[in-house]
Amino acid sequence: MSQIKSLPDLKKKREELKTGLINAIESKNQVQVKVAMATCGIASGAKPIMEFFMEQLEKRNIPAVVTQTGCMGYCYAEPTVEVKLPGQDPVVYGFVDLKRADQIIEKYIKTGELVDGIIPVNYETIDSKE
Amino acid sequence: MSKYTMHLMVCGGTSCNSAESDVIVCNLRDEIDAKGLSDKVQVITTGCFGFCGKGPIVKVMPDNIIYVQVKPEDTQTIIEEHVIKGRKVERLLYRDPKTNEIVGDSKHMSVFKKQLRIVLRNCGVINPENIDEYIARDGYQALGKVLTEMTPGQVINVVKDSGQRGRGGAGFPTGLKWDIASKNKADQKYVVCNADEGDPGAFMDRSVLEGDPHSVLEAMAICGYSIGASEGLIYVRAEYPMAIRRLKIAINQAHEYGLLGKDIFGKGFNFDITLRYGAGAFVCGEETALIHSMEGLRGEPTIKPPFPAQSGYLGKPTNVNNVETFAAIPVIILQGAEWFSKIGTEKSKGTKVFALAGKINNVGLIEVPMGTTLREIIFQIGGGIRNGKKFKAVQTGGPSGGCLTEKHLDMPIDFDNLIAAGSMMGSGGMIVMDEDNCMVSVAKFFLDFMVDESCGKCAPCRIGNKRLHELLSRICDGKGIPEDLDRLRNMSLVIKDTALCGLGQSSPNPVLSTLDNFMNEYEAHVKDKKCPAGECKNLMEYVVNEENCVGCTACARVCPVNAISGQRKEVHHIDPTICIKCGACKEKCKFDAIFIR
Repeated sequence: MSQIKSLPDLKKKREELKTGLINAIESKNQVQVKVAMATCGIASGAKPIMEFFMEQLEKRNIPAVVTQTGCMGYCYAEPTVEVKLPGQDPVVYGFVDLKRADQIIEKYIKTGELVDGIIPVNYETIDSKE
Repeated sequence: MSKYTMHLMVCGGTSCNSAESDVIVCNLRDEIDAKGLSDKVQVITTGCFGFCGKGPIVKVMPDNIIYVQVKPEDTQTIIEEHVIKGRKVERLLYRDPKTNEIVGDSKHMSVFKKQLRIVLRNCGVINPENIDEYIARDGYQALGKVLTEMTPGQVINVVKDSGQRGRGGAGFPTGLKWDIASKNKADQKYVVCNADEGDPGAFMDRSVLEGDPHSVLEAMAICGYSIGASEGLIYVRAEYPMAIRRLKIAINQAHEYGLLGKDIFGKGFNFDITLRYGAGAFVCGEETALIHSMEGLRGEPTIKPPFPAQSGYLGKPTNVNNVETFAAIPVIILQGAEWFSKIGTEKSKGTKVFALAGKINNVGLIEVPMGTTLREIIFQIGGGIRNGKKFKAVQTGGPSGGCLTEKHLDMPIDFDNLIAAGSMMGSGGMIVMDEDNCMVSVAKFFLDFMVDESCGKCAPCRIGNKRLHELLSRICDGKGIPEDLDRLRNMSLVIKDTALCGLGQSSPNPVLSTLDNFMNEYEAHVKDKKCPAGECKNLMEYVVNEENCVGCTACARVCPVNAISGQRKEVHHIDPTICIKCGACKEKCKFDAIFIR
């Protein structure tokens, strides 16, 4: 890793990463799966779900990036998983067990057909707040 | 791609579901089948929209139209008008309560989105173990801006002007705290992050550390630059292994990029952060006790002054802030003080993270602008009370706070309003209680916690809380006398006035606030020897309703202590001297013949 030595350095890095991260995923038409893996998520079974996505997406030949993230705040609906299909807005699914994870792959990821258990976005972010 | 051209998303959250959203789903599917649209339109049940006050909710995509308070009989209209003819069903659209105007396109419906995420901006968005994802979302830009373009005094002024107040509980203005620490001259100063989150039912700080550790590191470095400190310490409890692991990874990655360490951004500023583990004592969240614990001494508080800003860790000026306070700092620097101070109320700026717990449908982590009402938090974002029970009270501020009731629901939440109402902001735990919670038992539960957690240094807290707890236990056991209620209040006031630190001074708050708000329950316990909520076992009696009892013997068979007698097909009888009030008989009885008296 190269050191960041100045503010322009950091700004350059940010732009590289922004476009880099997005391009890397979009250009390969990859599906992005984020699993909420804070202590609470793991306690309600997020780990096997994450492993399932990693294994099965590879097995079923779907180009995808599976990563972990922190708490999304929907403790009542853990485990929660965010799926982003190329060129689309991300969708969060709650109460994801192995059966629903399978449905998400088979229906949502393969055909774009929605699956029960979507959690609507119920907050604003700093980017959306003017 | 999906074969469907339209989606009807029906809220299947607990609150909407109890208002027959499941029937709405069935009706919609039937209508769609009947009209032969089942290969074009799909009905989906979703999680909570966070707008439960107006549920059930049906959202039509891709039109982005939200229908509120939909009834099962409305489904035909929705299908015929909207789905087939493409016309909005006006009477089901949401109307602004103030202007009575229809609010249509849900993209602009900020009313539906009570939450604003500043502190939680990256939680659940980035991979906390990858610094690149943080940098891609403006990470460390604030530190760069501060070091390159601002003097320490300017940074402190921005934080002051933002109006941010400490999120650890007391609400002391952050900028003022930094200012005091910066003005004290010393060869070494320290920045401490208080991550000793100990309130029962609170998990805000853990979630931030686990979801976005870099935001805290960045803010600590900014603070170090402003007050003239080159060392930072995070005091985190050992019970948070995941938070510790991610903090370690984050610190290492920041070092590799040169964002921590020597000569950061080539500006000659050095800053390093190390971790200190707490063993989980509640009192160590108090800043003087926390500092002693870090020094390897007993985690006991000392009298202020001297304040940590004058003489803190190793006798040097030390600035202690809470995790959530730090996490908002980079945003304040980048967006500006004015932007931040526009959010919130007159005296409490910005947003607050709350951990919703207890008897609430949507247990979770939320962030709302200061000034949001309890009603919005509990009944809209929180989805209301579980199992359709009645709301009774909400405890804010953890064991040091107080309970708020029905009459406080429409009060805008900020630091000062909560204190005026006899509670406090605390770190942000919210424990919701329903009609089945006995408020005397609730006060006893928190005192129980306080007795365990008192460090024992001062007598009011060590002995006083113990006596309070004994009085409460006696009342719950049915052995209380009316004079006990005055004694409870007097002793609470004395402890409040005389205890050494914040823990002791606030420990009687649950007693005082329940006495103020639920005197009738206390009186029922001591005068009538009854627990109205039916929680205090010693004040309950299980009785057979002779009219309903058919003598099936089911209750007698399930009773673990053989307290129930009676012949087959004859009325049974429960012997109160043997009964242990386990409730097994009441659960078993199919004829509603056993009740609690």
